[in-house]
Amino acid sequence: MTFQSTWFLLIAVLWIGYFILEGFDFGVGILFPFVSKNEADRRAVLTTLGPVWDGNEVWLLVAGGATFAAFPEWYATLFSGFYLPLFLILVSLIVRGVAFEYRSKYGKAQWRQRWDVAIFISSLIPALLWGVAFANIVRGVPLEKAASGSIEYTGGFFNLLNPYALLGGVVTLTVFITHGAVFLSLKTAGSIRDRAQVIAKLSGLVAAVAAVSFLLWTNLSLPEIKPVVLSLSVAVALFWVAGMAMNFIRREGWAFIFSALTILTFVTTLFTALYPRVMPSSLGAQFDLTITNASSTEYTLKVMTFVAVIMTPIVLVYQGWTYWVFRKRVSASQISHPERGVLDQVSHSLHQ
Amino acid sequence: MNSLDLARWQFAITTVYHFLFVPITIGMAFLVAGLHTAWYRTAKLKYLRATKFFGKLFLINFAIGVVTGIVQEFQFGMNWSSYSRFVGDIFGAPLAMEGLLAFFLESTFLGLWIFGWDRLPKKLHLASIWLAATGTLLSAYFILAANAWMQHPVGYIYNEAKNRAELTDIKAVLTQNTALATFFHTIPSAAFTGAAFMAGISAWLIIKKKDIEMARGTLKLGLITMLISIVMVSVSGDITARIMTDQQPMKMAAAEALYDTTESAPFSLFTIGTLDGSRSVFQIDIPSVLSFMSTGNFNGVVEGVNDLQKQYEETYGPGEYTPNIPMAYWSFRLMIGFGFLGALFALLALWQMRRGGTPRGRWFAPAMISLPFIPLLANSFGWIFTETARQPWSVFGLIKTEDGVSQVVSAGAVLFTMIVFTLLYGILAFIEVGLILKVIKNGPSEELDYVDPELGGSDKQNLVMSY
Ligand code: HDD
Ligand code: HEM
Ligand code: HEM
Repeated sequence: MTFQSTWFLLIAVLWIGYFILEGFDFGVGILFPFVSKNEADRRAVLTTLGPVWDGNEVWLLVAGGATFAAFPEWYATLFSGFYLPLFLILVSLIVRGVAFEYRSKYGKAQWRQRWDVAIFISSLIPALLWGVAFANIVRGVPLEKAASGSIEYTGGFFNLLNPYALLGGVVTLTVFITHGAVFLSLKTAGSIRDRAQVIAKLSGLVAAVAAVSFLLWTNLSLPEIKPVVLSLSVAVALFWVAGMAMNFIRREGWAFIFSALTILTFVTTLFTALYPRVMPSSLGAQFDLTITNASSTEYTLKVMTFVAVIMTPIVLVYQGWTYWVFRKRVSASQISHPERGVLDQVSHSLHQ
Repeated sequence: MNSLDLARWQFAITTVYHFLFVPITIGMAFLVAGLHTAWYRTAKLKYLRATKFFGKLFLINFAIGVVTGIVQEFQFGMNWSSYSRFVGDIFGAPLAMEGLLAFFLESTFLGLWIFGWDRLPKKLHLASIWLAATGTLLSAYFILAANAWMQHPVGYIYNEAKNRAELTDIKAVLTQNTALATFFHTIPSAAFTGAAFMAGISAWLIIKKKDIEMARGTLKLGLITMLISIVMVSVSGDITARIMTDQQPMKMAAAEALYDTTESAPFSLFTIGTLDGSRSVFQIDIPSVLSFMSTGNFNGVVEGVNDLQKQYEETYGPGEYTPNIPMAYWSFRLMIGFGFLGALFALLALWQMRRGGTPRGRWFAPAMISLPFIPLLANSFGWIFTETARQPWSVFGLIKTEDGVSQVVSAGAVLFTMIVFTLLYGILAFIEVGLILKVIKNGPSEELDYVDPELGGSDKQNLVMSY
């Protein structure tokens, strides 16, 4: 395998990691008003994400950095081209991070309600837009050779909101909601767990319809039917069915494993459909960005491979270990003073 | 304004903003880890109170450091895509390494620290804050190496066919003297900043008569750390200045508003220039000091702006190679000035604290409360100097800022995103300050009931640091 293919693969792996991990973060953020009946519930739900959400988001940062390092042309064309969607995602991620950290610091109901709205919206937007962005990449967008010689996006904003891409957005949105619901049913106890399970059943159905239509459309719109893409698409559907069945019989661990596998195969399908292109042009194959014309030099790729091969397993081990440390279910009864903010502990300072 | 100016403003706003939180994070991470270690070693509850109290403040700050960093990561591609194409082969590598080596470490172990009080054995729990702190150092190192490469590109060749710079020697990029000097200048500056934050807040607690036992200790810790780090900042700043004069003589000339090449050049304390910054009208000088600063010799020759402009035209073709001189001149002085002002306050307060005294006097309260802001100003001016006095270059001698901007992004789009980011950042700053004031107002909470998880911590415990 060439270094360019290796890096194509590694970037796919980073996105897979990102969508599996932050996928359930988004889902939990969207569901969180609906699975909680009271403040203790909401605190418990957020506590399932507390120790892990930032580490999950780093998968995105590394995917971004790795794309910059390995395929600078891709990084440059993609992020300057998809300017406004990316901007909306960034604003959402800013608001979301702060909302998680600040919401429960302060015991005033109005303060918390505002952050709750913020968490909901800022989880919803990226969950939708990542799907829109990836569907556009796979479908091909108007790319042309600019005067400077580089291949640039020339399509504008509304071009990105085509039906295929919007369907892609619905897929990621509904899949992440379900994945989040399954995660919650695995990580919480009591009534939150029950409600999450019911939600997963319903949203799992919607997601199944959306994903199957999207994958059909994807296969049909490829220049020729690729057997690998087709079989991967079937695998996506099978994993999803298995996940939903496990949820139905309340085997939560298995349900989560299968919904994670679904995301894994789904992202793999998209990347396989792309390969060896990284951003096909809708204006003709001569303008395609591919792993060859978008990549860094072999030396840079070698250096980066060295770093990635050593660091990725280490990261996986300690991140996995974190999940092990916090493996216990969280229940609302653990939150002893739900109405009180973390910073409002009645303080009898020693010298008052 | 065209999209170039707007993109420059946007970059300046978002990075300066990011760097308000960064040095507090780096400095406080180590100070909190130190307090936690003190508690681990001595089991004294005042250290536990201090760890939790400053831990909360640290986390409030960290949250904004993280979310503003995300914008930085993607801004190169969004607003500076031509720059990204040109440098990606080199510049992307340290950025990706930062993510893999530093951000994962930082975020994962900080999560473990925050939520691990009743889950992890004490020793592992302590190790997590140290690992998170190490993460901040690694992160600083890689990003500063990337920035140093823009100041002084090494380990690359220019590929004419592809019109881009290509990496030939990663070791040179990561270990060149510019990177090391910047690292050893920026990290003590961060320690100085975190320590000033701690000292200022401790002083406030003393003024409000809250937990004076703890606050005296942390005030002293903050002040002493400030004094040690200012010495390191000065030493490394001096080294940085020499390296810079060698590599970017124009920057030093601009910093000094030195228009003509001079032997035994004086260091100017104050200058009034003409409005367009092309000539000075009035100057107060200290003889020969500039020559010493930039060459290590009182009689050394320092090149002036006008001669350098001519030299650069010969090397790089016709063009304007002089940065904004008033900006360079003043930001350089304000960096040093605010740094020493903070150090002076620290020295005075420490002097009054000897033999168990408490700092006092009319100046004490306002000075101590402003203490956290002083190094923030010094840091911002340091960066504003470093980055604006490199202009017109984005990567010195290789690509100009004006050639780096995205071609497909309209001025309107940049303006729009800039307005939204700025408003959002303003709101976040307001909220953060509000929360910090709230923490201070409540003061450290009494910690008399620590339950050791090894002895069976209960699930019922309020998750002290959690959501
Ligand atoms: C000298 C230090 C330094 C400098 C110059 C910068 N940063 Fe930074 N950055 C940090 C030091 C740091 C840190 C100490 O590691 C932070 C600050 C607060 C935090 O949470 O981590 C951080 C956070 C942070 C994050 C979030 C990481 C996470 O989710 O945990 C990103 C993506 C960046 N930064 C990216 C950048 C980029 C692309 C920069 C260049 C323009 C930059 N930073 C300048
Ligand atoms: C170490 C990481 C950093 C990198 C890689 C970096 C890189 C850049 C880049 C690419 C630009 C835009 C192109 C240009 O104007 O040359 C820029 C400009 C700028 N940066 Fe940095 N920067 C870093 C850190 C900082 C920090 C921490 C600050 C401030 C606190 C800062 C302040 C500025 C300013 C004020 C400008 C605008 C200069 C101008 O256009 O006149 N930079 N930097
Ligand atoms: C004796 C005092 C000091 C000297 C001689 C000095 C020197 C310098 C020089 C020459 C640079 C520019 C480096 C470059 O452009 O390549 C710089 C940058 C900088 N300074 Fe200072 N400085 C001093 C004090 C301080 C203080 C007190 C602080 C903050 C607390 C500070 C923070 C910074 C920062 C953050 C930068 C930008 C990062 C960098 O380029 O290293 N400096 N300093």
